[in-house]
Amino acid sequence: MTDFLATCVAVAYAGLLLSFAISLVRLIKGPTLADRVVALDLIAFLTIGFIAVYTLDSGKKAFLDVAITLALVAFLSTIAFARFIAKSDKEE
Amino acid sequence: MGEIFAGIFLLLGTFFAVVASLGILRLPDLFIRMHAATKAGTVGLAFLLLPVAIMLQEIAVISKVLGTLFFILITAPVAAHLLGQAMVRKGYKIWRSPSANHANKKP
Repeated sequence: MTDFLATCVAVAYAGLLLSFAISLVRLIKGPTLADRVVALDLIAFLTIGFIAVYTLDSGKKAFLDVAITLALVAFLSTIAFARFIAKSDKEE
Repeated sequence: MGEIFAGIFLLLGTFFAVVASLGILRLPDLFIRMHAATKAGTVGLAFLLLPVAIMLQEIAVISKVLGTLFFILITAPVAAHLLGQAMVRKGYKIWRSPSANHANKKP
């Protein structure tokens, strides 16, 4: 772990935290349900990236299984929400 | 040499993640927001996952990283397409720029 890589890991942590904050703003004030679903999907992606950076930082390889599981669950939840939106009524 | 590439990929992935979240905040319409989140989010995630395979060169880590990348690349467009289809069928109005005059535009 050289100095350059440690600096890049710190910058990646800071940028991902900023992205989390911005996505949470859209999750709170989204006008429709689909906006919130898109924000949740992006938050799941950012969590997978955060897990990748933490694995690179600490060297614990067990967290990559968590990343794969999160990708699966995020895809299934997005499809379930899409089906729910399609089945719901015109009023919202 | 591998550490330099890993650091550059980390910075690129962070840049794309910030761009995706900014797009999901600032763009005016659901479809444009889905475009920003899906495309930039997928590329940023790819650039964040690749340094793990570069730095920890074991067969288990590399296979897990490549499997995650393949799954994300396959499933993210499908999920976005299903959401867009559901919203189109519900009658979601596509955003038009208020300054442009679409009525008198003959191609």
